[in-house]
Amino acid sequence: MSDSKVNIVDAPEGVQGEGFFATKLSDVVGLARANSLWPLPFATSCCGIEFMATMASHYDVARFGSERMSFSPRQADMLLVMGTIAKKMAPILRQVYEQMAEPRWVIAVGACASSGGIFDTYSVLQGIDKVIPVDVYVPGCPPRPEQILDGVMRLQDLVKSESVRRRSSPEYQELLASYNIS
Amino acid sequence: MALETSDIQNKLVDNFELITTNFEQQHDIFTFEVDSESIIEVMTFLRDDKTLRFNFLTDVCGIHYPDNEIDRQFAVVYHMHNWMDNVRIRIKCFLNGENPEIDTVTSLFLGANWQERETYDFYGIIFKGHPQLKRILNMDEMTSFPMRKEFPLEDGGRTDKDDRFFGRTTDNC
Amino acid sequence: MSDLLLPPELRYADIIKQRQNEDGSELSILNLGPTHPATHGIFQNILLMDGERIVEGEGTVGYIHRAFEKIAENRPFYQITPLTDRMNYCSSPINNMGWWMTLEKALNIEVPKRVQYLRVIVMELARIADHIICNSVLGVDTGALTGFLYVFQFREKIYEIYEEICGARLTTNMGRIGGFEREWSPAAFKKINDFLEEFPPVWQEFENLLLRNRIFMDRTINVGPISAERAMSYGFTGPNLRASGIDYDIRVMQPYSSYEDFDFKIPVGQSGDTYDRFCVRNAEVWESISIIKQALAKMPEGPFHANVPDYYLPPKEDVYTTMEALIYHFKIVMGEIPVPVTEVYHPVEGGNGELGFYLITDGSRTPFRLHFRRPCFIYYQAFNEMVKGQMLSDAIATLSSLNVIAGELDA
Repeated sequence: MSDSKVNIVDAPEGVQGEGFFATKLSDVVGLARANSLWPLPFATSCCGIEFMATMASHYDVARFGSERMSFSPRQADMLLVMGTIAKKMAPILRQVYEQMAEPRWVIAVGACASSGGIFDTYSVLQGIDKVIPVDVYVPGCPPRPEQILDGVMRLQDLVKSESVRRRSSPEYQELLASYNIS
Repeated sequence: MALETSDIQNKLVDNFELITTNFEQQHDIFTFEVDSESIIEVMTFLRDDKTLRFNFLTDVCGIHYPDNEIDRQFAVVYHMHNWMDNVRIRIKCFLNGENPEIDTVTSLFLGANWQERETYDFYGIIFKGHPQLKRILNMDEMTSFPMRKEFPLEDGGRTDKDDRFFGRTTDNC
Repeated sequence: MSDLLLPPELRYADIIKQRQNEDGSELSILNLGPTHPATHGIFQNILLMDGERIVEGEGTVGYIHRAFEKIAENRPFYQITPLTDRMNYCSSPINNMGWWMTLEKALNIEVPKRVQYLRVIVMELARIADHIICNSVLGVDTGALTGFLYVFQFREKIYEIYEEICGARLTTNMGRIGGFEREWSPAAFKKINDFLEEFPPVWQEFENLLLRNRIFMDRTINVGPISAERAMSYGFTGPNLRASGIDYDIRVMQPYSSYEDFDFKIPVGQSGDTYDRFCVRNAEVWESISIIKQALAKMPEGPFHANVPDYYLPPKEDVYTTMEALIYHFKIVMGEIPVPVTEVYHPVEGGNGELGFYLITDGSRTPFRLHFRRPCFIYYQAFNEMVKGQMLSDAIATLSSLNVIAGELDA
């Protein structure tokens, strides 16, 4: 057992004693959420193939807690938008986002999802942040799997430090209202 | 027995004297023009004739020539392929700029269905008799035809891009 | 038939009202919507279902329409290559090489033999990569997840080979007019040789897992069949057509890039069902491995690019020292390359069939019209006919086996 090379996550700061461990609720909740983010792979084009490579055994996103790819929005934590979103697809993306249950996060993977990428045309949505709020942007065309994993790790940092009351705070409600999401 | 381009030309001229014109060899494909009213007759002949045997419709696409005279503003180009003798041909049909209409060839080749819808979506060319002529790639609510030369590439409603920094003026973008 | 212009949901709602089954049940509409774990790419199918059976369906595409043909009219020729990458992104070197060959035909450039053999190697590697995805994902859709993870590791090896050649993994933007941008390093050849040793046993293992597997055969035989005549009329090409029994392969019909020097068979199926498509792609991987071995064995010496200073960037040392190289470099980068007024159509055998490039130039720095003959767009029309009367899970298996890549479907 002692020569095992498995790294497990550090415990949060707290007071430890015989049979108890006292820490902040938000730390524990953040720890649990950050290390079990279930993605909804919204793969549209080339970045989707790099995601398949990330999911496969070489780069293995399951190490980060994303063992189960949830294709149902109700059961997913993070929405990974990978690939170009055309204007025809934007209402569907929004509907999928609205169907996700709180807490939910969005990673825009690739140049096309972040800003429209090389497709500055009449039919491509110039960045998904025109229709849904985004937490992490991963640039690249397509980004290497290591970059996608880096994006997931940045999101894990965000999730760990998020307050448990964020989703009912007025700032968050204002953010959703600015996108007309009720 | 190989099918020579002179055979194709002679057969077409014998049967469709006035409506097939402008025969020329462009690299390795023999190209000719057909009047847009008779495309179904000519294509049926090309497919069913025992020596011509063009059994495969490779491609249907449209072109917009804004600088041509009004009767030749749009063109529909068909590429056909004879698999037995390995010969390709290209058929061009020029259409009127204000009212581009041509018969559909979906009765001859099922694969032309979506390709004609795509040509309609991009150029506004009406294919008479098409079973389902509606937009396919663009949004259904779109009213203009984006591949026409006058339609701009970029979305006009962008607020985050300042054209002065890209050297774009109303003349060159 | 004007009601075909209505959205399919409304049309099917009318049919449901009119028709009632004997036992009192009624038909239903299922939206196999744009986002679905089994559609590899986004396209929608609205299906009219009688319980589990599909009565009728209609597809909607265009959810990833990026207006490639319009963009191509505004870009100089070298800037169009990244667009071609992103059409069939599972095998982008084939698209790149097809585009370079189209330009070389338009400009009447003859490329050296070595370049042609190197192009063959990279195109066959891309074909193997494309078929790895299609067959392993067909396994995943019928429930066999292990095969996917095993063979995907070899897609990583192919990515490493691409990185040695051009620097990128997936969207390669590989090559130049007249050849390659640099001579392939010894590391690239070593990686190719290692791949050729390590991959065949793994592909054999994958084949043993699925090819004679009772469950897989039950899931895929007689699922989504199409006859040869209908396939030809629909414009099918590539493995989907060969699964129906017609041996049409552009590498043999109109050999390009020295394919006539290689000895390979064209695998052909019988009934055009999903199992035949799987077997055809499986066999094509073996043929591709054989072609790469032959190309490596017979590789001629020579330059890695044609001598066309008007179109090929000169080496940087010359650009900094000689005037002519500086001028050529400037003109090529600004896109002012001399292009004659011509029309050319060049097809290549892509992973999915005949990928054709129809280019019309007008002497300026951008094409007048560039049309991509995309095989996925053309054969996807037949999907609803292929699954009529079958069950929903059969439709999913058929969709995977057709290898519809959304980037190529919508362009």
